[in-house]
Amino acid sequence: MTDPVSEDPRDVLPPAPAHADIAAYAIRLGDDALILSHRLSEWSAHSPQIEEDLALANIALDLLGQARTLLSYGGAFSGRSEDDLAYLREERQFTNLQLTELDNGDFAVTMVRQLLFSCYQRELYRDLESSTDAQLAAIAAKAVKEVSYHVEHASTWVLRLGDGTELSHDRTQAALEAVWPYSHELFADDELARRIADRGVGPLPSGLRPAWLGAVQDVLTEATLSLPAGDWKPSGGRKGLHTEGFGYLLAEMQHLHRSHPGATW
Amino acid sequence: MSSDVERLAALRQAAAEVPDPEIPVLTIADLGILRDVRLAADGTAEVVLTPTYSGCPATEAIRQDVLARTAGVDPRARVVVELAPAWTTDWITSDGRAKLHEYGIAPPRPTRTGPVPVRLGSRPPAAEEVRCPRCGSADTEVVSRFGSTPCKALRRCRNCAEPFDEFKTL
Repeated sequence: MTDPVSEDPRDVLPPAPAHADIAAYAIRLGDDALILSHRLSEWSAHSPQIEEDLALANIALDLLGQARTLLSYGGAFSGRSEDDLAYLREERQFTNLQLTELDNGDFAVTMVRQLLFSCYQRELYRDLESSTDAQLAAIAAKAVKEVSYHVEHASTWVLRLGDGTELSHDRTQAALEAVWPYSHELFADDELARRIADRGVGPLPSGLRPAWLGAVQDVLTEATLSLPAGDWKPSGGRKGLHTEGFGYLLAEMQHLHRSHPGATW
Repeated sequence: MSSDVERLAALRQAAAEVPDPEIPVLTIADLGILRDVRLAADGTAEVVLTPTYSGCPATEAIRQDVLARTAGVDPRARVVVELAPAWTTDWITSDGRAKLHEYGIAPPRPTRTGPVPVRLGSRPPAAEEVRCPRCGSADTEVVSRFGSTPCKALRRCRNCAEPFDEFKTL
């Protein structure tokens, strides 16, 4: 993400958020996009078919683009660049949802995770388009169009796998059981989320769930999959608490930058 | 005053000729991503670009190309990237659409047909007609929604059996 020409005096600095809460909120959303982007990029050259290699890399690129604008914006409040935030924070300083960092598992896990996340992101960005914060509204208006393609892609695969062979159905149902508990954190309200909603900057996460559930359920029903029961609701990502695999993800993502500080292309 | 107008016009002309690095038959004016050429409050000329996709790596290359071309007119001219209003394929000029077709890429459909309808099994397929740029047949199918760049999908013509790129509607 290093941008060697950003030293150019003709460059215009990105806008900075008006309030620390807005900065922290932008960084949350940027972390979600960044970490899921990294997970998806791990599929490159490992996908079940070459078209899927391209598709997952494309989705990863969209998310990386969203992450860059969100992190640049959030970081501007405290004088940190997108690279500072992506490469120089420790595990406990990342505020992404745990869903976004989950190990890729098999292809069914990746696609179920994508369906749950993309449907969430679509509802979130739709709402953010009318944010009182002009920069977040602009980022969302752009990203929501990209996300509608992600939703379609994940829906198509979940349908094909769920309503496919007995084996693909069972593995997709197992993927859903594994990923579903992490979906609850997407809609958990905390103090920052409440202050953000009070300012009219962003939606209260819990308010997004009905529309999200409707969209997800439509696909799952069509795919002959059943909604998991159970009341395990892991959380903590927004507070910097992460799953075991997250440290390994960061090690790979940050290795080059930390080994060669200041290196540019 | 008139010198300012002339300078901006010259800048616009220089910037408008910058080709898209991924689809070099199109200029950034054809693509509709050259949004404005204006004077900032401090009197500095600004060329305003908008990215196609959030993560499009070409944006940076385009920015540098614009700076290189405009430097001859006004070395102090800046490039500003603005996200809002969000770019749509409706901004591709009719000239640009013709060039795309000529180049072998099916041009995007108007966005009023909706973004990307999700087709679930029990629902009727959404009306979509993308013609093969080689043989003109409307009997084409999607191979992948995601092609070699973020802005393209991969399709195949059932008539002439050739694969081709489609500029995705956004």
